[in-house]
Amino acid sequence: MQPLSRAALTGLTLGLSGTLAAPLLAAEPATMDVTVTIPRLKVAEYHRPYVAIWVEKAGGAAKSVAIWYDYDMKNNEGTKWLRDVRQWWRVSGRSLRFPADGITGATRAPGTHKISFSRAQLGALAPGQYILAIEAAREVGGRELLRIPFSWPGKAGAGGRAVGKAELGAVSISFR
Amino acid sequence: MKKHIIGFAATAVLAVLAAVPASAHRQWLLPSSTIVSGDDVWVTVDAAVSNDLFYFEHQPLRLNAVKAWAPDGSEAPIENASTGRYRSTFDVHLTQRGTWRIASVSDGLMGSYDLGGKTERLPRGTTGANLAERLPAGATNVKTVESNSRNEIFVTVGEPTTGLFTPTGKGIELAPVTHPNDLFAGETAIFQFLLDGKPAAGLPVTVIPGGIRYRDQLGQIDLTTDAEGKVDVTWPEAGLYWLNVTTPRAGGDEGAAETAEPQRRASYVTTLEVMAP
Repeated sequence: MQPLSRAALTGLTLGLSGTLAAPLLAAEPATMDVTVTIPRLKVAEYHRPYVAIWVEKAGGAAKSVAIWYDYDMKNNEGTKWLRDVRQWWRVSGRSLRFPADGITGATRAPGTHKISFSRAQLGALAPGQYILAIEAAREVGGRELLRIPFSWPGKAGAGGRAVGKAELGAVSISFR
Repeated sequence: MKKHIIGFAATAVLAVLAAVPASAHRQWLLPSSTIVSGDDVWVTVDAAVSNDLFYFEHQPLRLNAVKAWAPDGSEAPIENASTGRYRSTFDVHLTQRGTWRIASVSDGLMGSYDLGGKTERLPRGTTGANLAERLPAGATNVKTVESNSRNEIFVTVGEPTTGLFTPTGKGIELAPVTHPNDLFAGETAIFQFLLDGKPAAGLPVTVIPGGIRYRDQLGQIDLTTDAEGKVDVTWPEAGLYWLNVTTPRAGGDEGAAETAEPQRRASYVTTLEVMAP
């Protein structure tokens, strides 16, 4: 019981300080926008990549926020290749059940995609340094992992960027 | 020439391991995957005995002692088993999440007896169960020691589990500090080895990367278990590795072994998959 009430108190403290601070500072951003570019590749056999996005904090467990895969195949067969998104599989994927609520999504076509995550979705509840990781693995293709450090609370506006060389194009984050 | 010498040494070691097939060379089980995702998944395994890892080019590993265990400890069937000229192959339907074990384990007795003023060796294939019938009438001064060989692999569906690592207390067994299905290049894995259920200090551990055919150097890593039976292995690169642990031979050459007291023998083999980070 003790740890639980302490957690509740901490939450209350954070909540209060947030409320009190609000009039003084600009409102803290509550949302992270992630812009992901999936490159258009000139290959004979193209399949949309499986893409995983997760949040890491030093000393903490990774938190998956999105996995784009062939979720609508019969008998859930698309899950067979989830392990090929291998860093994500190790740090988070292997402990999840699929489809995973609020995380599973369809694969995306080449182009630029914007997705948004709330602070709760990101698991970025305590202020501090985090990393947003994004990993893509493509059937009969390659695999690439990018990491973008960010701190929470973030400042409104652009928050970081990384550019892939093979399976991912530019990936950027911003706060609002 | 070098190969020939290695083969001869291996023959000498195996000859005293009554339970092990009489062929020289390295035994191995090679799974199609060690890390698996999905709802209805299978693993297929090649099983062979060869010099070069992991090429089936010498003898198949006989499947009579191969069994599979699900993460909850229940025994699971070996399916579609077949033994060809150079390799055996079989499938296991991975119907549970967690870490599976697929193993070929054999236990035997070796030793000697006196008959008619001569000391004879116990025949190959002697076990505790058949010792009485294998001993000729009038045999005296019977000396036996156990020999155990274990050749096993692990395959994990979803999250690695450790339910199958409770030691049986016979032969050499792996007590993972690092889970054998959570290995990454550049990282250091720690494995503990038990002999008859107790941490085994001073055991030689050999680790050899697969793909021998396409390189000049064997790349063998030689380690010795510490006082707690542990070794640290730092994986130089991603790929498949063959790991072997044997009880060291006391004495030295073959002639000495003939006359010496029978010595406890145990061997352990596993195939490990190391992922790229």
